[in-house]
Amino acid sequence: MAPPAQTNRSPSPSQPSGKGEVSDLKMQLRQLAGSRAPGTDDAKRELFKKVISCMTIGIDVSSVFSEMVMCSATSDIVLKKMCYLYVGNYAKHNPDLALLTINFLQRDCKDEDPMIRGLALRSLCSLRVTNLVEYLVGPLGAGLKDSNSYVRTVAAMGVLKLYHISESTCMDADFPATLKHLMLNDREAQVVANCLCALQEIWGLEATKSEEASTERETLLSKPLIYYLLNRFKEFSEWAQCAVLDLVSKYVPSDSNEIFDMMNLLEDRLQHANGAVVLATIKLFLQLTLSMADIHQQVYERIKAPLLTLVSSGGPEQSYAVLSHLHLLVMRAPYIFSADYKHFYCQYNEPFYVKKLKLEMLTAVANESNTYEIVTELCEYAANVDIPMARESIRAVGKIALQQYDVNAIVDRLLQFLEMEKDHVTAETLVLVKDLLRKYPQWSHDCIAVVGNISSKNVQEPKAKAALIWMLGEYAQDMQDAPYVLESLIENWEEEHSAEVRLHLLTAVVKCFFRRPPETQKALGAVLAAGVNDFHQDVHDRALLYYRLLQYNVSIAERVVNPPKQAVSVFADTQSNEIKDRIFDEFNSLSVVYQKPSYMFTDKEHRGPFAFSEEIGNLSPGEESTDNVVPAQRIEANDKDLLLSTSDKEESKGSIHNSSAYSAPGYDGSLAAPSQIDLVSLDYKPTPNVPSATFAIDDLLGLGLPAAASPPPPPPVLKLNTKAALEPNAFQQKWRQLPISISQETSINPQGVAIMTSPQTLIHHMQGHSIHCIASGGQAPNFKFFFYAQKAEEPSTYLVECVVNASSCKVQLKIKADDQSTSQAFSELFQSALSKFGFS
Amino acid sequence: MISQFFVLSQRGDSIVFRDYRGDVPKGSAEIFFRKVKFWKEDGGEEAPPVFNVDGVNYFHVKVVGLLFVATSRTNLSPSLVLELLQRIARVIKDYLGVLNEDSLRKNFVLVYELLDEVVDFGYVQTTSTEILKSYIFNEPIMIDAGRLPPLGPAAMFMQGSKRMPGTAITKSVVANEPGGRKREEIFVDIIEKISITFSSSGYILTSEIDGTIQMKSYLTGNPEIRLALNEDLGIGRAGGRSAYDYGGSAGSGAVVLDDCNFHESVQLDSFDVDRTLTLVPPDGEFPVMNYRITQEFKPPFRINTLVEEAGSLKAEVILKIRAEFPSDITANTILVQMPLPTYTSRVSFELEPGTVGQTTDFKESNKRLEWSLKKVVGGSDHTLRAKLTFSQESHGNITKEAGPVSMTFTIPMYNPSRLQVKYLQIAKKSKTYNPYRWVRYVTQANSYVARI
Repeated sequence: MAPPAQTNRSPSPSQPSGKGEVSDLKMQLRQLAGSRAPGTDDAKRELFKKVISCMTIGIDVSSVFSEMVMCSATSDIVLKKMCYLYVGNYAKHNPDLALLTINFLQRDCKDEDPMIRGLALRSLCSLRVTNLVEYLVGPLGAGLKDSNSYVRTVAAMGVLKLYHISESTCMDADFPATLKHLMLNDREAQVVANCLCALQEIWGLEATKSEEASTERETLLSKPLIYYLLNRFKEFSEWAQCAVLDLVSKYVPSDSNEIFDMMNLLEDRLQHANGAVVLATIKLFLQLTLSMADIHQQVYERIKAPLLTLVSSGGPEQSYAVLSHLHLLVMRAPYIFSADYKHFYCQYNEPFYVKKLKLEMLTAVANESNTYEIVTELCEYAANVDIPMARESIRAVGKIALQQYDVNAIVDRLLQFLEMEKDHVTAETLVLVKDLLRKYPQWSHDCIAVVGNISSKNVQEPKAKAALIWMLGEYAQDMQDAPYVLESLIENWEEEHSAEVRLHLLTAVVKCFFRRPPETQKALGAVLAAGVNDFHQDVHDRALLYYRLLQYNVSIAERVVNPPKQAVSVFADTQSNEIKDRIFDEFNSLSVVYQKPSYMFTDKEHRGPFAFSEEIGNLSPGEESTDNVVPAQRIEANDKDLLLSTSDKEESKGSIHNSSAYSAPGYDGSLAAPSQIDLVSLDYKPTPNVPSATFAIDDLLGLGLPAAASPPPPPPVLKLNTKAALEPNAFQQKWRQLPISISQETSINPQGVAIMTSPQTLIHHMQGHSIHCIASGGQAPNFKFFFYAQKAEEPSTYLVECVVNASSCKVQLKIKADDQSTSQAFSELFQSALSKFGFS
Repeated sequence: MISQFFVLSQRGDSIVFRDYRGDVPKGSAEIFFRKVKFWKEDGGEEAPPVFNVDGVNYFHVKVVGLLFVATSRTNLSPSLVLELLQRIARVIKDYLGVLNEDSLRKNFVLVYELLDEVVDFGYVQTTSTEILKSYIFNEPIMIDAGRLPPLGPAAMFMQGSKRMPGTAITKSVVANEPGGRKREEIFVDIIEKISITFSSSGYILTSEIDGTIQMKSYLTGNPEIRLALNEDLGIGRAGGRSAYDYGGSAGSGAVVLDDCNFHESVQLDSFDVDRTLTLVPPDGEFPVMNYRITQEFKPPFRINTLVEEAGSLKAEVILKIRAEFPSDITANTILVQMPLPTYTSRVSFELEPGTVGQTTDFKESNKRLEWSLKKVVGGSDHTLRAKLTFSQESHGNITKEAGPVSMTFTIPMYNPSRLQVKYLQIAKKSKTYNPYRWVRYVTQANSYVARI
């Protein structure tokens, strides 16, 4: 299982393999250390190579540290570089020895050759030894002012390295300020880029500790800085461009002119051969246009071709990364890609992870006009010799059937699968036919006719077997031999390992009994006996329940076990919209590939570049909220005029977008969601998503409630301060810090909903109950509010996120509180206030 | 920012290992290799290029059987890291001339030197072979490309067929020719990968050309270059909503690209006017332009498959391929493959009498028929008869249990898109300056499939 052990390694002259060799090396190095004979450097080179080769394959060569340092007195730059590499690798674990290197590194930092200065400075900063940081400050300060740009780029990174070794040393020397100055003034773009990266990291980490740093971090997103970087954009290397684009995508432009200027400036980046640049540009364009639904849509149209080109050029790995992003966009706005479905056809030689993405995209884009062709293609894959692929394809056909209205032809195809007589195909298909019948009971006749021909002996997979048994029970009256098939299955009860199958068998036999009592009676007795004696708790309990129900009253039993069913209209989505939106916010990151928001796979301290999106965002006082919506609409109106110019421009390039084909009301689907959300986000951004797993940790840190050892005293009657006041910033900060103490769903009075034409009505109502709104937004029927309240006697605050769905009269509450022991009392108070909405 | 970079051989040993930030534990290379080798998740058997183990993200690309890996703890752009890995491989190749395990092992000190300059503390500094030249002091140790041992049966790490065919040049950008002089030359390769799916009746279901104009320059002094393409080259399928809506343009002779992208050194000022690309080529190998075409084109090969049942335990498969390109062009390394029913126990082959350079095989392990042809001349056709013996009676239709037929091949000096480099102009430094210019075309099958 393990990778080849060291002894298995093929002997190679450059790859020593034993420990004995290390002491040999030590000896030889020692001999060379003092030598000044000609040819010494060449001999040293050979030895150094051997040492580094050992280091690479994981042999510990730290024991030759002092010899390496002794040999480092040389003017040979290749030797120096090898020595630096070695020192950098081992200094951390040998701090005492590392001190030996300081001298020669410091001397090299003053060398007249800028190359040597840069190299030495880089190595000096890479030692990662805490008690040596005092030696870094001088050379770093000089490096930042060096006349050579190479040294300055190294020094800028050096500051960041120093920060990671010793934050205080870095801050005390005021290096961030120097970096900022360099960033704004250096002639060399790479120096600017390195300063930017270093400052983003430093201020990002410092922001949690100091107010000042958090302001500094915000200035990185200020208009002058963003414009400065964009004006110098073409000077940056493609990699630095990615960093700048990433920063700009967090900037909030003040009006649409700004947005269009940026997009015009950066449009040619979409034609870059480097996929990283293109995706960073796309992210920016998507973020910029979130509040402009029609332009957002045009962005989708515009980026389609470049994305498809990236998918098909370059290596399979890059193409997968791009395809994952395309997948995300297709899932958000399938109708935009419905004409491009052929691009999502699978190639036989693609790896399974690519095929899987493509199948999901094919499923998503299927509509009335292309379903026939897509399903035909999928049926080819279903016959594939590659079994996982065949299974996925059948599932895809089933999903398409479940999302279409006209499923006639698809059902026929599914039923043909059953005739292929391949066990895995039959198994997958049975599960799908079952789901299909739950949604479209009208197809039962056609399906049952085919399913009835399947011998239960050929079905082995538990899921498929359970599906078949479910159908036998559900359609017992239409399947001639249902009672007898069930009976034969009961005979094999002992061999049936899956509890799921046994549970289904129990229910199916009981259902069958209600329809055809005389024929099933024998089977019923057998199954109840087997079930009651079953070792599995659930099976046992269910059998007993059925037995007692039947004993009590058969007609009541029937009402319990087999009530009339309504067809399922929508199957539950596996991923919540909130998660999907979060992944979209993290476009051009691993979140998209993993299909998980970053907090699910990254530790807190490493979230770095995405920390910005963790915040609630620009909270503004609730009173302003309605005013804010108006300018947004005005902007949209303006955009339509401006838009003409961009589309004209694009036409001249030969790529025409059918923008008129998509009128605004048409996309109430997935695109409507982002646009709506965005109207809201003028006041706030979606919930800061603190992973639930970290709550426990927060509590340990004392942020939350006291230990639950002693039962809390009964909460006193809660009185709220009628004149409570809370700054938006303070709210934001608290919301971030506090864990959710109560999260629940409740209802709102329908009469209240009737008068709720705008968020303002509810805000005024709640104010009457001393609960104040700090931000709100949304459009009927969905409204979102942030409320706060304070205790009358003490400055203890409650924060509430409240999402109202006016059409279903449902309200979702998330309550956070300084004093968690009273949050339940507050919740009751809040809900009682809410329930009176509409009566007062 | 990335934490570590390393290159692993097929057996999993580190050839180079560079730690940039020290926040990922040392055993990462072993963890990574084990995960990739024994991947079994989500129904697939091949590890995706990006995955997460215990909070560490592993990115990898496969190049000539080697694994180029980066690790990170932060949520980075996957495109950025994967592109970076590919670029590191390219830069190393530029320096070493040949990139393989042997050349890497011999030159690992040079590679460390490169890695130091390419990435600092996890942030990319530069991947330009040109810029890097002034920081690199090691001389590459050249290996003889002609006498390389084959990679062997380690098919697991063999590169995917999507990869570009390597340009035939194996010269380092820094090494001098014997005699100390550098030969002034520039290579321009037009490489087209084609994908076609034929229906069982021979009708083309989908087709696509993914092309690259690849350049490798050994010109001193970085002269400006003008590269002229077909004057009537169209970009964007004007008017057509669907990319597969074959307009009348196919007949008019114009080449229409669906879309394309360019290397950052390319100036497009005159591109809209006369389809000329202007650039100052940096040292090393790079794609000048990538393009994608779904316009209809003439497929170079037609495949006919006939399956005849002969009793309950026997069947005959007749495969016929026809080369539909001009007779002065020859395709090479052709391989035709077809999965056979799982209950096939024995296959006997019958080639046409007098054929040379063809071999046939039945791969018992995955029940696959393989027919390889060294060369196929344009206009010719070839037939293979395979008699199958089954270990059990076939139930139902054999065509549902076998196929599709797929093909791989390389056709030098041929490109189905008809995209051309009309001329390659090098800004002259003097009258006597006349560097060698090589413009080469090659077509490769990416996914060439005929259903039966």
